Amino acid sequence: MFGLANPRRFMSFTDYALPIATALTVVLTIVGLYWGLVLAPEDYQQGDTVRIMFVHVPAAWMAMACYLVIAVASLCSLIWRHPLADMAARQTAPVGAAFTALALITGSLWGAPMWGTWWVWDARLTSVLVLFFLYLGYMALWASFEDRARAARAAAVLALIGAINLPIIKFSVDWWNTLHQAASVSRFDGPAIHESILIPLLIMATAFKAYYAMVLMLRMRTDIMERKIDALRAGRAREQVV
Amino acid sequence: MAEFLAMGGYGFYVWSSYGVVAFVLAYVAFSSWRGYGRRRRELDNQERRSQRRKTS
Repeated sequence: MFGLANPRRFMSFTDYALPIATALTVVLTIVGLYWGLVLAPEDYQQGDTVRIMFVHVPAAWMAMACYLVIAVASLCSLIWRHPLADMAARQTAPVGAAFTALALITGSLWGAPMWGTWWVWDARLTSVLVLFFLYLGYMALWASFEDRARAARAAAVLALIGAINLPIIKFSVDWWNTLHQAASVSRFDGPAIHESILIPLLIMATAFKAYYAMVLMLRMRTDIMERKIDALRAGRAREQVV
Repeated sequence: MAEFLAMGGYGFYVWSSYGVVAFVLAYVAFSSWRGYGRRRRELDNQERRSQRRKTS
């Protein structure tokens, strides 16, 4: 795992991994969309609105997964001070924020016809809204420091404090009364939804993961190049002084 | 086809959901690609400038 923690090795690894992730994203999205929109049956209670699940649930899973990545990378960054851990955390944030916004919007579009309301201030919806603001705060903190190392440390501390929100989101549907249904896929007794909609759901979830991998690699490569540009500029400035 | 688009009367909700997801994810991917290309060109420029200085 630490082999990748070298920027040069990361670049040559992603030379191969980036096209693979891109191809996976495209193929899985096409298959997932066809399966979810055409092949999957409608729900006997929810009708066709159940198809919103195929984008809503993967977006919500990724919203939490991205924050988990940021928290773990932040911990690594605080312990080992490794620049790639900072980059992984920083470049994950905008993608995670996008997934969180999408989970909220698609949830609203599903709630309107099925619950009769676009929004309720219950535990699940509110804790996910808090997650969205955590992402925004995290990005704002990164942007507010001139010095990269100090920004990385401050952002990492914020990310770790905010991680307390993750178990709250996960268990909010069990701990409090809510309109939101409880978990039906990740349960101890196995998934409680039928294969005909479980399979397209898992395909879409994998497509979202591949998409995240693709965008993260792209953004981390951009970040590495940005550092090289800064180093070259600084180097020439030093020569000029001498 | 019309039946497919109607989504059992829930067309607005279903297609808005898929539409907003497609739009946001495409935007994030596209802006990441664009940022990547820009940095790529800038790095080439900077490397040339540093090279020139060394050789002159």
